Amino acid sequence: MAIWRFFRRSFWDDERAREIAAHLAHEIDDNIARGMSADAARTAAYRKLGNPTLVREDIYTMNTLRFLESVWQDLRYGVRLLRRSPLFAAVAIITLALGTGANTAMFQIANAVWLRTLPVPHPEQLAQVQLDPGKGSRAGERTGRYSVLSVPEWEQLQRRQTVFASMAAWGTARFNLAQGGPMQLADGVWVSGSFFDTIGVHAFRGRTLQPPDDRRGCSTPGVVLSYAFWQRHFGGDDTAVGRTLMLDGHALEIIGVTPPSFTGIEVGRSFDVAAPVCAEPLIDHTPDPATRSTFWFLTAIGRLAPGMSVEQADAQMTALSPAIYSSTVPATYDAETRREYLALTLRALPANTGVSALRADYEQPVWLLLGLTALVLFIACANVANLMLARASVRMREISVRLAIGASRRRVIRQLVSESLVIALLGSFAGLLIARWSTGGLIALISRMDPGLWLDGRADWRVFAFAAAIAAIACVTFGVAPALRGTAVNPGAAMKAGGRGTIESASRFGLRSALVVAQVALSLVLVVSALLFGRTLRNLTGQELGFDARNILVAAIDLTPAHVPADPSAMFHARLLDRIRAIPGVTAAAEMSVLPISGSGWNERIVVGGREAAKLPMFNRVSSGFFDTMRTPLLSGRDFQPADATRPPVAIVTQAFVHEYFPDGHPLARTFEINTPVGTPRITYTIIGVAQDSKYNSLRRAFPPIVYTDVDQAPQDDAAPHVMVRTMLPASTLSDALSRAIAEINPGIAVRYESMEDVIERASSRERLMATLSAVFGGLAVLIATVGLYGVMSYIVARRRTEIGVRMALGADSRRVQRMVVMQAAWLVIAGLALGAVLTALGGRAAASLLFGVQPTDPAAFVIALSGLFALAVVASWLPAHRASRVDPTAALREE
Amino acid sequence: MVPGTLDLLVLKTLAIGPAHGHTIAHAIEHRSEDVLQVEHGSLYPALHRLEDRGWIASFWGTSENNRRARYYRLTPKGRQQLVHQTSRWDAIVRAVNRILRPAE
Repeated sequence: MAIWRFFRRSFWDDERAREIAAHLAHEIDDNIARGMSADAARTAAYRKLGNPTLVREDIYTMNTLRFLESVWQDLRYGVRLLRRSPLFAAVAIITLALGTGANTAMFQIANAVWLRTLPVPHPEQLAQVQLDPGKGSRAGERTGRYSVLSVPEWEQLQRRQTVFASMAAWGTARFNLAQGGPMQLADGVWVSGSFFDTIGVHAFRGRTLQPPDDRRGCSTPGVVLSYAFWQRHFGGDDTAVGRTLMLDGHALEIIGVTPPSFTGIEVGRSFDVAAPVCAEPLIDHTPDPATRSTFWFLTAIGRLAPGMSVEQADAQMTALSPAIYSSTVPATYDAETRREYLALTLRALPANTGVSALRADYEQPVWLLLGLTALVLFIACANVANLMLARASVRMREISVRLAIGASRRRVIRQLVSESLVIALLGSFAGLLIARWSTGGLIALISRMDPGLWLDGRADWRVFAFAAAIAAIACVTFGVAPALRGTAVNPGAAMKAGGRGTIESASRFGLRSALVVAQVALSLVLVVSALLFGRTLRNLTGQELGFDARNILVAAIDLTPAHVPADPSAMFHARLLDRIRAIPGVTAAAEMSVLPISGSGWNERIVVGGREAAKLPMFNRVSSGFFDTMRTPLLSGRDFQPADATRPPVAIVTQAFVHEYFPDGHPLARTFEINTPVGTPRITYTIIGVAQDSKYNSLRRAFPPIVYTDVDQAPQDDAAPHVMVRTMLPASTLSDALSRAIAEINPGIAVRYESMEDVIERASSRERLMATLSAVFGGLAVLIATVGLYGVMSYIVARRRTEIGVRMALGADSRRVQRMVVMQAAWLVIAGLALGAVLTALGGRAAASLLFGVQPTDPAAFVIALSGLFALAVVASWLPAHRASRVDPTAALREE
Repeated sequence: MVPGTLDLLVLKTLAIGPAHGHTIAHAIEHRSEDVLQVEHGSLYPALHRLEDRGWIASFWGTSENNRRARYYRLTPKGRQQLVHQTSRWDAIVRAVNRILRPAE
């Protein structure tokens, strides 16, 4: 077929009509010439030709791309039909939009965290270096989110490797931009000089850091800003390049800005400032890390040399590990720690989608939530399928007519499926809009709980492909079965019955009932999971913490920019605390080095009674007044006193500590030692008090044994302590007063405030996310399923109208009829709940590790969910039942 | 009519000279001594198909009855096709005959 004819098919249709008219005219002429009457000639001519319209249609279809044409026709017809029943269309589309919206939103999060590739040239050539988690261990200080390598290790790795064309080291940092007063934090990265060239990012303004910028002991390092930070902080001013930026009190020159598309290679975090690795000792006031082989704050990324694969890189990393580690063994290690250190093994992993610590934290929650949204979608599809079935039975007469006048069953099915396709397309489109809006909300929710988290929630082709795939699956799920069922009719029988059959065949209710059962079952899964995650959150935040988190303001203090002299620190700290305690409204205040529940902390090997204990207790350095401020009762003994500063080391321990190391229960005045490296004197602590157990750095872990030591006895001062203030004042009023008090002592001190309740909320952010979202999905599922049940019961009542009329004419009273309908619904719901209970019990295992203080088969959650859903189902079926009981028997029977 | 032969017969008829649809149908019937009956309904789709392939071309003309009619004529490509299809037809007939009357 010539394509031009497709576009001129109406012209050609006219042309044929004229040709056929001419043919008929000739034939009639001939017939008359043969002596027929005009009428007979005409009839004979037509008889010989057949149906002229059919002939034209034959030729017309020869001019069309037949499939396209009929699909377009079907879609238009589908839209027209939907416009004629707007309520049906609205319910179907909204249901579907909610289902696809929830799915797409979750997928968008998964996409942002896992699938999106880095916006750099050839991301597939990038590989990251990590430690094999099962091999070896190291003793020393780790900082940043990716503490894989120390500087000496990095230098060895870079020198020895041959699989990467170029390699770079980087680490995360946090810089304070403020010079005194409230902290103004910026997310920083340490990068080696080769970093930007390795990943292939060029400067947007100025230049990026180059290898000459990163030389050991660099005294005047330059920094590179991210585009977003440049915009935020300098308003995108071109003169920013060349100016200086204060990082933790050090003026550094800005040498360039990265392009807008580059937000760092770490997914979930954007960077503000990139500083060369060599500047780390300068800014952090630490001795040169090149001489400190026990300070890990870097990780490495490399661009594979041509022809190399990530697997080859991985093999080389593993092969090089012994050589790298044996040439960097810290001198202070004893035989045991040395052996552990030498067992460390490096690996290489693909880095095409960036690097992320988020993935491990959120992997299970996100996949589980995707699973839950899939269930919501399924419930939505089941609902739409039920609506389609109802429509198909209403249209049975129309379909019978179509089949009777010669439409093939396939053609009718195609037409019905096209209608589903229209619903699926509109639903998915609306779902994309919902997803777009809710992804923003979701990211806001996550980042409110986890400050600093930054996700790129923009939709890309994967999101659209996902939405399209969902639409297709949905369409098939809810469109095909009703279409198959709707067209499996005997046209004759259907038309004779006139669509008013006395009794519907049981099988016609069968599929609909099965769908309701499935909806109820899946709703139960979602409701139970919502309850379990809700309980988890409540258990986690409502549990006994060992301290009273209410009305506590935490001030994180940074003394480094204030150049507080190190030596008379005890006096300085005491002065600071005295000044804070004098503020009106402050009930108590104390200093500590480890903020509880913040995730950080430290432990030590201890020696009790001459033997090293197997279990390591946790440590915290606190000032006197700590237990008072936290409202953690001291069960026996006494608190630290100012006079302790000059006495031998003392410690306060917790009940769990006593239980673990002094099982006889008499710890007071007894001693333990901290196991220090060989050659250094061990410190002996005398226990002066026992405090009640409390949580240490995690809400989930049980009370660990904790040792509190006195800040005044600490050998060296903590440069970044936390001051905890108990008060009845509102947080903002107090923080102003605190800032003034601190500035009076030294205006250079930087402070950041947070309430203890916020700290706990942040620690439970994952659980909060799960609880919030599973509640939303559970609610959505219940809503959709309830509407579905109501719809099905209404439909069944409508179809059984005649039967109910007969029953009532024979003497059934309205209560009996109501009971009959409600019972029918109840059986469906009970079947659904039973199936759902089994599914929930089976699926619960997937969520077990995310739960806290509650079992996946928690009886209370099951009882609440089962009875709640059952009650809702009864309510949903009561309305149709009520309607059924109002059937006027005479009217219902007369219709027949 | 034997399936597939209508195209060949139309081409053969037009080899004599241009004709319109009605003439073609009757010409085939006459020349086969009414053995072959052309279904007028299927003639026009066939003409359309042939024109589509470029074997025949059409124009509007005035018929012997003084009516407007759409005339068809053979194109050079159609003439080649006629030769080709005629020889194929002969081959088929010979083959069928060999099977039906093996003795001869």
